[in-house]
Amino acid sequence: MTSDVGSSRRSFFGILVGSVSAVVGVIMSIPVMRFLLFPVFRSGEEAGWFSLRDPGRFSGPGPYRAEVEVRRLDGWRVSTVKRTVWVVHDPQNQLRVVSDICPHLGCSVPWRDDERIFHCPCHHAKFMPSGDLLSGPSPRSLDPLPIKIENGSLWVKYEVFRNLVPTREVIG
Amino acid sequence: MSEVAGKRARPLAEWLERRVGWRKLMHESLDEPVPGGSRWAYVFGSGLLFVFISQIVTGICLSVYYVPSVDHAHTTVAFMQKVVWGGRFIRSLHAYGSSLMIILLVLHLTQTYVYGAYKSRRELLWLAGCLLLVLVLGMGFTGYLLPWDRRAYFATAVGTNIISEVPFVGPFLKIALRGGAEMGTLTLSRFFVLHVFLLPALIFGTVAVHLFLFRKAGAAGPPLRPEILGRLPVRPFFPDQVVKDFFFGIVLIAVLFGLSTLVPAKLGPVANPTDSTYVPRPEWYYLPAFQWLKYWRGHGVLIGIVLIPLALFAALFGIPFLDRSPERAPLRRPLAIGGFLLILGGFLFLGFRSGAEDRRDPAVRGKIVAQEEAETEYTKAPFEADEGPLALGAATAQAPRDLTPEAAKGALLFESEGCSACHGAGGGGGEGLVKLWGMKDRFEERQLADLLRHPRGAMLEGGMEPSKLPEPDLQSLIAYLRINMNARK
Repeated sequence: MTSDVGSSRRSFFGILVGSVSAVVGVIMSIPVMRFLLFPVFRSGEEAGWFSLRDPGRFSGPGPYRAEVEVRRLDGWRVSTVKRTVWVVHDPQNQLRVVSDICPHLGCSVPWRDDERIFHCPCHHAKFMPSGDLLSGPSPRSLDPLPIKIENGSLWVKYEVFRNLVPTREVIG
Repeated sequence: MSEVAGKRARPLAEWLERRVGWRKLMHESLDEPVPGGSRWAYVFGSGLLFVFISQIVTGICLSVYYVPSVDHAHTTVAFMQKVVWGGRFIRSLHAYGSSLMIILLVLHLTQTYVYGAYKSRRELLWLAGCLLLVLVLGMGFTGYLLPWDRRAYFATAVGTNIISEVPFVGPFLKIALRGGAEMGTLTLSRFFVLHVFLLPALIFGTVAVHLFLFRKAGAAGPPLRPEILGRLPVRPFFPDQVVKDFFFGIVLIAVLFGLSTLVPAKLGPVANPTDSTYVPRPEWYYLPAFQWLKYWRGHGVLIGIVLIPLALFAALFGIPFLDRSPERAPLRRPLAIGGFLLILGGFLFLGFRSGAEDRRDPAVRGKIVAQEEAETEYTKAPFEADEGPLALGAATAQAPRDLTPEAAKGALLFESEGCSACHGAGGGGGEGLVKLWGMKDRFEERQLADLLRHPRGAMLEGGMEPSKLPEPDLQSLIAYLRINMNARK
């Protein structure tokens, strides 16, 4: 065998081993990637309705802080977390329930009694008592949640929205 | 390669070469001289490396979802098995990979031994290999517990009990390994750390030493006398041997993929320490040791489980020092090969004997079949998310700590009276078994007592015997039944 034949034989097997390894590697990485990325593609659950009881107790100027207990599937466990919602009145003086999550970067927005506004402590987005945007970096007003009155109770559907975008997009 | 592309590629190649020296590296790793050329007999070492890498990749994947605590281990494994995409497959790859490691280790060791490749200045290489064997067996033992199902729990309970038979230090070793007198969450943590950090670190280091010493000594070649071996043509490791190793690696991957797809690994119900009737069996490669222990009683235990295994390990580790003759041809080494075959045959005999004894005893056989069916059933059942401390009712069937003292006594009676043989663990049924869960509304307490004393209709046909328990015990059993029958639909 001349060295030329030996060298081309070596490069043939080099390419063969290399390319088959690449193919096998790609095939093997499919189940691994599916396994690791599973939570990304798992479809979220439908948001649930929570009772805020008698709507009559929100007849004052407000706003009222209310808590909902959200039970959700958290990986392999069911967890119950408390979330805050604000019961406010819109400009037409109708009841409105808004999420306390700032549409900017997701901080919890508290009510400032001295300023009579919602004032986000993170980047100073300000919202009117109705939840409408006043000033600051938030792309939109505080997010109103779907509500209904049933059997004399006020019900709210706890939804979570995509942040940083001007339009509301439900993500969970 | 075209001239233009070649010109462009060369500066990069040179740039890397000056900094990394990869040409020398490639030459060192690929052009290792193999006396007598490539052989299929040499593929097992590389095969082990392939499967070990697969174990690392799948092991890291599993650790993404696994939680090493008694409260969550089983739930997280069930979550992977039943919910996470490809989880059953990845877990099966890891489970079958562990068995494949043992098979390949035995083949690699056999080939090295039969070829007399531990001779001529390869003592340390052999010792590193023996250490790897022990470490891999340790990986099998520690990894087996982690799913925390019944099979895992009881096999490990027995395994760690054996350690306490060692004179003087045994009880101390057992407590140190378990993290207490009983198996519990500290045991799981310790086994997790051993399986995921300590043993792999030791394996990495030992593999490095093993490979270094292998390269230092050079490939041993076929089992011939040195003067004949010297006349054989020497061929480089690449391409012939690399291609053989590579092909073998592909076969191994195909075997693992095939098995994991066609016969995925199962997961049994969560470990229930109060179950006094579970028939524990270790993983197949520990069956010979399991069977061996049956033959030693009383003072003989010292000989059987300490002295003889110690002597075996001493012989295994010490063979390059004991067998100093340069002769490598297996047919001219009757003592060495004969002894090896005797021991290997002994292992096979003990392993098969253990299986045969289990099949012969109808009680044991029935119980093992029922246990396996419970595993199949549990594996098929949909995933139930961990409810945390909120939903005690759902957990009572599996968690005896939540039972009243009376019902806890009933739980033990349920097992000792053999109820679970036909009704499944905790009355949860199983393939071909009669499930009791969800039946509560059908019977009053007094009716239950009557039925247990005087089974009728289908119960009699199913082989249920009238209970002869004393009245207080019967009441305990009923207390347990009432809770369990209410537990799940």
